[in-house]
Amino acid sequence: MITLTHYLILAAIIFLIGVLGVLMRRNIIIILLSIELMLNAVNINLVAFSHYLNNIAGQVFVFFVMTIAAAEAAVGLAIIVALFRRLETLNVDEINLMKG
Amino acid sequence: MGLQDVLFYYFAIVAVVTALMAITRHNPVHSVLFLVPCFFHIAGLFVLLGAEFLAAIQILVYTGAIMVLYLFVIALLNLTGVRGRRIAHRQSFLAAIVVLILMVQLVVLGLTSTFPGPFEKLAGASFLGNTEAVGAGIYTTFLFPFELASLVLLVAIFGAVVLAKKEAGE
Repeated sequence: MITLTHYLILAAIIFLIGVLGVLMRRNIIIILLSIELMLNAVNINLVAFSHYLNNIAGQVFVFFVMTIAAAEAAVGLAIIVALFRRLETLNVDEINLMKG
Repeated sequence: MGLQDVLFYYFAIVAVVTALMAITRHNPVHSVLFLVPCFFHIAGLFVLLGAEFLAAIQILVYTGAIMVLYLFVIALLNLTGVRGRRIAHRQSFLAAIVVLILMVQLVVLGLTSTFPGPFEKLAGASFLGNTEAVGAGIYTTFLFPFELASLVLLVAIFGAVVLAKKEAGE
């Protein structure tokens, strides 16, 4: 029998894979992809709670999370394009213009 | 094990494995392509949870729009010269420890907590399908956030265009 706990632990694992990607990778595109993974983990949690608590609000929230994810991807990728045009790199270690 | 259980484990295992593959690839194109099956299987989980509308939206928005956007940006940038030697950051070891601690905490929290029992279905909601129920939620209780979401998307469009366009001097 699949319970809410199964879904919560699955979402935690996917979220942590996203955290691992953000912390470990040097490529800024992969970091942005990892953020998408984390948002998806949150979506799994929200839908699971919505199902087990019989409340539609969770699914409406997932709808909003997807909206924000789309906006975030568009703006984030635009920033990457601008950054690459200026610095010719995607490595976050070399993006240190703000360093004193 | 019933069919539901088998399907859950199939979707969960494929989603986790493809997510792991996605964050460990050298080539960003491979990462994006691994995330596509990952999002498909998460959509499968949504179907198992009775959220058919969100499963369709997940496939349309994530794999159809966002992943294609990523692929277009990767194609737009000329990445042949920037192939790095090492993909992992110097702080990887520390990051792995932090993630391990976080994982233990979250799993223990998930296994030990209890949740309030299923609430009563809203009156009149039982005959509605999933799409109607989500639509009713969006257009009644969550009408204002819904309108605000359209504003967020509009600002994101302007932001993306302004950020990515070439400056006059270049």
